[in-house]
Amino acid sequence: MSAEAFPPAVPPAAPPHPREARRQRHAAQLTAHRKEAARDRRVEFALGTLAAGTLALIAAMLVTVLVNGWPSFEANGLGWFGNSGDPVLQFRAMQVGTALPGHPLLYFSAWPLIWGTLLCTIGAVVIALVVSTLAAIFITEFAPLPVRRVLEPVVRLLAGVPSVIYGLVGLLLLAPWVNSLISIPRKESVQYVVQLSGEGLLTATLVLTVMILPIMIALISGALAAVPATWREGSVALGVNRWRTIWRVSVRAARPAIVSATVLGTARALGEAIMLAMIGGGRPWAPNPLDGLTFLFEPIQPLAASIVKEFGDNPNTPIGHTVYAIAALLLFSAALLSLAGWAVRQPLKRYGIGI
Amino acid sequence: MSTLPPPVRRIAADRHPRVVAPTAPGEGSGNGASTAVPGAAGGSAILARRRAARPAAAYPPEERMQIESVSLAYGEKWVVRDVSLPVRRGEVLALIGASGSGKTTLLRSLNRLTEITAGAGRAGRITLDGEEIHEIEVNALRRRVTMVFQQPNPFPMSIFENVAYALREAPGRRRRARRATLEPAVREALRRAGLHDEVAEDLDRPALSLSGGQQQRLCIARALAADPEVLLLDEPCSALDPISTAVIEELIVELRESVAIVIVTHNLQQAQRVADHVAFMHLGELVEYGTAEQVFDQPRQQRTRDYIGGAFG
Amino acid sequence: MASAGPALQPPAAAIVRPRRESTSSWPLVDRLAYWLCWAVGIGLCVVAVGIVVFMFIKGISALRPSLFVESPSPGVLAEKHSGGFLDPLIGTFILTAIGIGIAAPAGVGIAVWLVEYARPRWLARAVESGIETIAGIPSIVLALFGLLLFARPLFAFLSGSASNGTVGGQSFLNAGIIMSVLALPLVVGASREALLQLPARMREASYALGKTRATTIRRVLLPSSRTGIASGAVLGMGRIIGDTAIILILLGTLKLEGAGGAPVLNTLRGTGSTLSYYIYYYAPSGDGNSPQKAYAAGFVLLMLVLALNALVTRLSKGLSLGTTTWTAKR
Repeated sequence: MSAEAFPPAVPPAAPPHPREARRQRHAAQLTAHRKEAARDRRVEFALGTLAAGTLALIAAMLVTVLVNGWPSFEANGLGWFGNSGDPVLQFRAMQVGTALPGHPLLYFSAWPLIWGTLLCTIGAVVIALVVSTLAAIFITEFAPLPVRRVLEPVVRLLAGVPSVIYGLVGLLLLAPWVNSLISIPRKESVQYVVQLSGEGLLTATLVLTVMILPIMIALISGALAAVPATWREGSVALGVNRWRTIWRVSVRAARPAIVSATVLGTARALGEAIMLAMIGGGRPWAPNPLDGLTFLFEPIQPLAASIVKEFGDNPNTPIGHTVYAIAALLLFSAALLSLAGWAVRQPLKRYGIGI
Repeated sequence: MSTLPPPVRRIAADRHPRVVAPTAPGEGSGNGASTAVPGAAGGSAILARRRAARPAAAYPPEERMQIESVSLAYGEKWVVRDVSLPVRRGEVLALIGASGSGKTTLLRSLNRLTEITAGAGRAGRITLDGEEIHEIEVNALRRRVTMVFQQPNPFPMSIFENVAYALREAPGRRRRARRATLEPAVREALRRAGLHDEVAEDLDRPALSLSGGQQQRLCIARALAADPEVLLLDEPCSALDPISTAVIEELIVELRESVAIVIVTHNLQQAQRVADHVAFMHLGELVEYGTAEQVFDQPRQQRTRDYIGGAFG
Repeated sequence: MASAGPALQPPAAAIVRPRRESTSSWPLVDRLAYWLCWAVGIGLCVVAVGIVVFMFIKGISALRPSLFVESPSPGVLAEKHSGGFLDPLIGTFILTAIGIGIAAPAGVGIAVWLVEYARPRWLARAVESGIETIAGIPSIVLALFGLLLFARPLFAFLSGSASNGTVGGQSFLNAGIIMSVLALPLVVGASREALLQLPARMREASYALGKTRATTIRRVLLPSSRTGIASGAVLGMGRIIGDTAIILILLGTLKLEGAGGAPVLNTLRGTGSTLSYYIYYYAPSGDGNSPQKAYAAGFVLLMLVLALNALVTRLSKGLSLGTTTWTAKR
């Protein structure tokens, strides 16, 4: 039992002074608080970076698509948008690898594609705008209750139906019917230039209209149903008949929604590739309004559909560059459309209608 | 000028003091309305102040609408039973009563607004200038008998467009009438509603940027723009502050010269301030009808006395 | 005294029950507009119900149980009558899982940032516009971007490579990542709505207890907005299963073809197809050209969309997310 066997005795620490204890407690709380605040800041930073990532994504998309499509623009200059040749021949030349005589390999004139896109998109949106507004008014104001209960889920369902199914229905239901409308003499009159069948401008525009209708109807109906009842009651109490009340008060109050719906519909119509590839007619052709009724049946191949039809799998081929150039044009239009929609909605906010 | 009303003090001194004991004071309904008015002496003070402040009507009141034995129902439930009242230009008719007494329904039936609800039914006759209102085309009727609601509801347009709204929609007038054509009528309506001075410099401001009282006056201007014969007011001041209320009550008294006014109000003091004739309704039946002095100072029915005394609200 | 009295008796006199405002007194222009509205409404009924009924009838008549369990058989002589859509069905599920698996957390994170933090202001506005812009970009363009991105050696681990080392760029993983971009705006939109609808007192109560913002979000706000987020995810799923353009560019073989390697990773890095691509292939305009199979697959796809729709409706009924019916207030 020597003194080294046991550890040297340590006198027990004196209990800390109360003020010291309080200071220690506060310091501990402060550290914990600082840690939490630091964690909060980290979370905010992380989420903020994620959010900013979307902007980085858009920027990356713009840059890469444009860079890969640049050779096509470079080789053609402004003639890229022109109508100097037949895209069918141009695409074939690029696939085969032999340039057309007198032109570079990347020779391309996109006007037939652009014109086809403009025709079917603007046609579909104009028709859909009128029809969807009237249909929305019908659903919210005039339809009897059982009809409304059926229509609402059906319209919502149609808004979610994939475009392939619209293409399928269009091919198997609408195209044969349109085909039967084209007389044999008409077909023969143009048979050396273009094949007329049920798949053409008319079918494509009609199916495109039906495709963008449900989402537009849903948006506008929602806005119409949300118009305060006091406005409508006030208008009726002033002796304005029901239709004028709806038109001048409800529809007017729903204008931002109508603009949004139009922008949404146009964006969907512009970007629609699959359905138009199925029933557009399959040939890049610029329908000529001066052709009279034949104009409606001429085939089209809008921009997005062209990408689907012509692209192989290698971005670095001449066809790849051309396709990416088309994609850059589409990207640019989508951005422009977004901007236009925002700009149109701004003046509406002044009078108390806003979204 | 017709005979001047007798001096006030003599009336007060002539009458026995009538003390009506208020029962449960907490029975008053919302809107801070029928607070207990102990004794008719308090009522006649308001009436007295009013008589002193304003001259009597310039022209004798002219009958505009006649409500004859009218009963109203929603579905199978009858909410108004056998009411007969006259509505005269040059005077303000106030419909008072507790909630559920049917006064708003009666008001709305005067311009056939009850028809918006499916299943509404009516018995009896309501005539405007002698014509049964069901035979007049409904929109033409509503242009002659306009309504202002409890909550101000200006449309989401500019001030000018709000007032010009009814003018534009009147038949026979071009919808796209130029602003210059409509402007005099719009300004006149704003003047009649007492709003012109406040908004004259910029009629294109959004209507929703006005204050609550101004919005309600805008709604009155909108209702007046079509030059109606009868103006129906459904508790127009219940959502407003006292100053706006006072402005609108002044307005109502001025307007009665040109338009017959029917006002529904929960606020007994307001009825005392503006009404010439008062109709007290209870649970769908007309309990008492008479001049303001009669109903507030010398009510004939016990129920009227109880209501005015604050026994229920 | 103020109790409800006995019900009033109906009067003896004749009762007038006024009917709806008749249109005979309206000016001609208004009457024409009214009839046009009715015509459009009836036309809409006919077309809408017609499309749905058509697909149902054709689909059911073409549906065989064997379709669900057999793999597609492209190129086989009796193609019209053999093969099924098992692979596309599996492909649809894999793709949806990957797509939503990425889009849901990212979308919720972005929505949380937009609603709860949103500093600096210019960045928040830019991100909002950015999300809207992404919603408007055609899926084919997204697919092309994806190809450019993933065909680089940097991302070789995501897909199979050809024997000479060029990265294929086509795989379920790649397609799934791009699909998540497609579904992102929908998830962000719905989550944002759900978070905005939470009352301020919820946040105030949590802060008053001394909780930090991050804890409040995690423990209070996100659980309360579960249904909104879920409906956003379901909407995103609907968008994913309906898209064909991305499949064309970033997948595109009818049958599942692995990329070699570990079992699950093999499939994920490999290619395949989805139901929508199957329909595209077998539609009269595609290489397969057997409408019967297209109808059958179309029917299954439609059923999936219907189920997802019903799910969204059920979820949003639980919330007070705006009007669920389009009844104009009377």
